[in-house]
Amino acid sequence: MEHYFQKDIECASREEIVRIQNEKLVEQVKHVWDHVPYYRKKMEEKGVTPEDIRSIDDLHKLPFLSKTDLRDAYPYGLMGVPKDECVRIHSTSGTTGKRVVAFYTQGDVDLWEDCCARAIMAAGGTKEDVVQVSYGYGLFTGGMGIHGGSHKVGCLTLPMSSGNTERQIMFLQDLGATILCCTPSYAAYLGETMKEMGLSPEEIPLKAGIFGAEAWSEEMRRDIEKTLGIKAYDIYGLTELSGPGVAFECSAQNGMHINEDHFIAEIIDPDTLEVLPEGSQGELVFTAIDKKGFPMLRYRTKDICKLTREKCSCGRTHVKMCKPMGRSDDMLIIRGVNVFPSQIETVLLNHGYQANYQIIVDRVNNTDTFDVHVEMTPEMFTDNVSEIRKRQADLVEGLKNMLGIKAKVTLVAPKSITRSEGKAVRVIDNRKI
Amino acid sequence: MSVKQVSVFVEDKPGKLNEMTQVLAENKINMRAVSVAIADGFGIIRLLVDDVYEASTVLKDAGYVNKLTPVVVAATSDAPGGLNQILNVLTEAKINIEYMYAISGERKTDKAYMVFRVNDHKAAEAALTKAGLTVLSGEEMSEI
Repeated sequence: MEHYFQKDIECASREEIVRIQNEKLVEQVKHVWDHVPYYRKKMEEKGVTPEDIRSIDDLHKLPFLSKTDLRDAYPYGLMGVPKDECVRIHSTSGTTGKRVVAFYTQGDVDLWEDCCARAIMAAGGTKEDVVQVSYGYGLFTGGMGIHGGSHKVGCLTLPMSSGNTERQIMFLQDLGATILCCTPSYAAYLGETMKEMGLSPEEIPLKAGIFGAEAWSEEMRRDIEKTLGIKAYDIYGLTELSGPGVAFECSAQNGMHINEDHFIAEIIDPDTLEVLPEGSQGELVFTAIDKKGFPMLRYRTKDICKLTREKCSCGRTHVKMCKPMGRSDDMLIIRGVNVFPSQIETVLLNHGYQANYQIIVDRVNNTDTFDVHVEMTPEMFTDNVSEIRKRQADLVEGLKNMLGIKAKVTLVAPKSITRSEGKAVRVIDNRKI
Repeated sequence: MSVKQVSVFVEDKPGKLNEMTQVLAENKINMRAVSVAIADGFGIIRLLVDDVYEASTVLKDAGYVNKLTPVVVAATSDAPGGLNQILNVLTEAKINIEYMYAISGERKTDKAYMVFRVNDHKAAEAALTKAGLTVLSGEEMSEI
């Protein structure tokens, strides 16, 4: 049976959703015009006033915001209410430069937690469940967002945070968590550690996992589902928009419903910046229509994906986004070819390796070098050198078929690639361009 | 009959072999023979040790991927033509050798020992025994 946290809105008719969006957008644009001088200036430069925005059909008239704007306006330049109306700050991990800080009013926290609660219930969660939150707590949105959502559903919530893997597994066993929330790479690591400890998935009551905050492939999903004996659900979000729960997967497990009563999604061509028709692949742009502390209008996520309004078997009506092909931030251009780490992961898993890899890019004599380090596993090891080399060659071939360029594959010792308990460092780009 | 060899994956980098032998030394594992095969960026270290299961376990615990592989250990006289004699038998029996290495025997026993990884170790052992050559068991291995 499908569970909903807010069925009326999650299953509302398209007309009802559009009505809500129109109303909230008009109000939000006025609010931003009045309270965020940084964005008002951008609107003025484009010759747009709040009067021009009468419905979501006018959304395309508004200027974009990007990570650059966030850095320029750092720290308080995009705050949408006086400081004393805000109750919390979160921040990005700052992997791609300066940290982004975001502000939340109590209302913003509430709507964010509602989104997370919807995600937990869509993954089959009810108040009967024990939720182990192994996302990091603190500035990172993962821990506290899901934590709040879990409270709203009424689940028994374990604020584990990340790290201390053996204790995580002990608690999964002893306290009988039924839902695990963490990054997919940490879920895979927990599964791997359990296997090493000789613990089979049947020995823990875990039934579902909600994994997000980094890109992961379908193959990795199957892998995690098998090693942990669960259903693994994807969740999507950005600190700029609140955190996890902007979109979440339902029982259909084929795309994430975007919470359209809070966020309007558009797909644009990242080069021309034109809005693309439904079903096109392009960059995902979000407008937060009721968040007040940090009201992002037309925020460019850099995530490349597609939207679909096809009827979903779960009964929810909100638009679905596919798993992002990769963040255009993560995308590497190697020898002129676009390479997403998630593609490499897919090839590895298809060839029997685990998703423990690192991509090392450098430039030697004006040519890009492209090395993929892959950890040897007991399953892939044999005493026969030529067999290992053959498998290595098959992997090179598989990568070439997927990416169109040749990589040098180096087999490295197990556990030699640094495991992160938050996000995995998959790419080392040593090119000085 | 066959002897179990421990095959270990190591990276082809300075110090990596030493890190592995350190694990063996700390756990008081005695090596009877060792052979190294190096490929593109990695190596396979093949070991004959006094306690196969102990060696395999301590290596695994130290994070080394390893496998037990059956090998044939044949004894021959420590004299010219000794290896040739074994190879004659294997050729006759149409056994394919994947690799081989020697165990340094003791001079006083007048025996030399060769380790073979072959496509069919049972057939190889049968052929060698039939030809009157000595094939060692795991137990006998630990006595040489």
